[in-house]
Amino acid sequence: MTKPAIELPVEREINTSQMKVSDEVAIQITGMNKWFGTFHVLRDIDITVNRGERIVVCGPSGSGKSTLIRCINRLEEHQSGQIIVDGTELTSDLKNIDKVRSEVGMVFQHFNLFPHLSILENCTLAPIWVRKTPRKEAEEIAMHFLEKVKIPEQALKYPGQLSGGQQQRVAIARSLCMKPRIMLFDEPTSALDPEMIKEVLDTMIALAEEGMTMICVTHEMGFAQAVANRVIFMDQGQIVEQNEPREFFNNPKSERTQLFLSQILGH
Amino acid sequence: MSDTSAPSVAFVRDQMIPEQTPPLLEKGAIKWLRENLFSGWLNTILTLASLAVIWWSLAAIGPWLLNTVWNAESLRACRTILDGASGACFAVINDRWHQLLFGFYPTQHYWRPVLTFVLMIVALAPVLFTGLPRKALFFSAAYPFIAYHLLWGGSLWFPVGAALGFVAGYVAFVLVRKVNGLAAIFAAVLAPVFWWMFMAGPFDSVMSSVMPLGLEFIRSDRFGGFLISLVIGVTGISLSLPLGILLALGRQSDMVLLKSVCVIFIEFIRGVPLITLLFTASLLLNYFLPPGTSFDLILRVIIMVTLFAAAYMAEVIRGGLAALPRGQYEAADALGLDYWKAQRLIIMPQALKISIPGIVNTFIGLFKDTTLVVFIGLLDPIGLSNAIRADTNWNGIYWELFIFIGALFFVFCFGISRYSMYLERKLKTDHR
Repeated sequence: MTKPAIELPVEREINTSQMKVSDEVAIQITGMNKWFGTFHVLRDIDITVNRGERIVVCGPSGSGKSTLIRCINRLEEHQSGQIIVDGTELTSDLKNIDKVRSEVGMVFQHFNLFPHLSILENCTLAPIWVRKTPRKEAEEIAMHFLEKVKIPEQALKYPGQLSGGQQQRVAIARSLCMKPRIMLFDEPTSALDPEMIKEVLDTMIALAEEGMTMICVTHEMGFAQAVANRVIFMDQGQIVEQNEPREFFNNPKSERTQLFLSQILGH
Repeated sequence: MSDTSAPSVAFVRDQMIPEQTPPLLEKGAIKWLRENLFSGWLNTILTLASLAVIWWSLAAIGPWLLNTVWNAESLRACRTILDGASGACFAVINDRWHQLLFGFYPTQHYWRPVLTFVLMIVALAPVLFTGLPRKALFFSAAYPFIAYHLLWGGSLWFPVGAALGFVAGYVAFVLVRKVNGLAAIFAAVLAPVFWWMFMAGPFDSVMSSVMPLGLEFIRSDRFGGFLISLVIGVTGISLSLPLGILLALGRQSDMVLLKSVCVIFIEFIRGVPLITLLFTASLLLNYFLPPGTSFDLILRVIIMVTLFAAAYMAEVIRGGLAALPRGQYEAADALGLDYWKAQRLIIMPQALKISIPGIVNTFIGLFKDTTLVVFIGLLDPIGLSNAIRADTNWNGIYWELFIFIGALFFVFCFGISRYSMYLERKLKTDHR
């Protein structure tokens, strides 16, 4: 049986010079459990993420991978165990939650841009109201990141006037404007046409090249192989296998992982 | 193949076709008529039938309207002038318009409600049109106190004292906020209450004895006509929107106590006819209040009408909140915005925009419902039309009075409706 090639849909060389994993712990999850009603959606999750790591979380739908990363900025509440983000433990204390949320950027599957605000206003809103940045400075920061995601010319338009790929890049820029130390991606390319997937992945790769700590829930195995330093496979609310990408794709240990990989890559 | 009779596939145009005008039947008024009025035999019949109805109505009402008597002292004088012909007697409006507008407000003080009305337009303009200078909003904030003083009069220091209560609340909030956020909210509520209960009275009497300023006091029972409709309507509209927003948020809250209070309030108010609440305001409230307190009837009615509209408003806004995708809340949370900032910057601007038609519905309904106060003895335009008919001079006149009252209400309600359409167009940014 020959292994199908896993290809990165983006044609570019990846510059790994800045991609360094430090010893400093960014996120520590220990013995975390979560239930939706009586449904045990996350079971005994233990993950340590060091600063500079690029982690891809994959698994079948309903495996709890989105819920997992949504717990990291408390969009979902966990019922037992411990989550420490950047030295702050997530409890019901609102102050801690707001602190973590302003340090952790999040990109959603459906972009969730604010349709009543222009692109620029989308990007400056949180810096102005949460970080208390002066408007002028916030606009400069926003333009800087909009240039980085290659759409500065759209700054005065509204989200409804942009294509899906452009909207997702705005969403990334909006998160970056808060100067986050960690970025979470919740299936950022799943709602996009193939052509637009490229431009979003390109932006994410650029981010990884700068050494951003990233956790991505995605089915883009090419991206995982090229950029990630670790792949986590989840099923039925638990971590089934994790490994560095080459080993993970070429030599999956668990039967469940093998089945998943053959389904996702086997045609 | 050598079959020469088959059309050749190759084609080259050697001359471009110039632009031409469409055929006569496909342009301008003829096209419009054909498409909209005579597109089929059924439509043609309906069009002709409608024309007949319009013609018949105009033929019936037109002469009556055109043959109007504007100057007469009584209905009898009108009929003498008409001499048996069919005609309207708008002389009643000419004779009594000041009563329909101001009720029994003293004639020499008519300038006060007129000035109040003009200032209302000035105060509303910066609220309604964001293009106007924002500094003008300070006048809008001061307007309720100015309007109160102009309409009712009395000591100038009474509304000033009331306004100072809000200032006290703000100062207390700013001072205590440095210590604790929650305590600051309590301070912001308690400080004005304390001021109004213990300080505002002495402040009024001391200032009045030092510097007696103020307009002549006009009792509430002199108010009437459109003055009363506008006072109740405008106050009710401007108070019911913020109250409705708070109730809608309370109903969505996770705090069980707060949520149940809001749900019970909304369901109770919606379950009771407005007229019942008005009777409660006019009759029952006096039994519950401590003896000797006189609580102005117009004020009581305003409170009831506001609560009534706020309950409906809350449900309309809840509909807008429910229509927002969950992702908007999540994106606001993920950016680190706290509850109030997220509500103010992300959720409410969108929810209110979605709710505009429902909100305007409630506003217009409230404004028209002000005519119900006739049942508790306030002389709104309808009440005055009865009073005018009670005069032997005008006994028996109906249509002319109601047409005038209806036209005035229509002007206001149509204005509100047009403004809401303008607002919807202006806020349309989603490009769906």
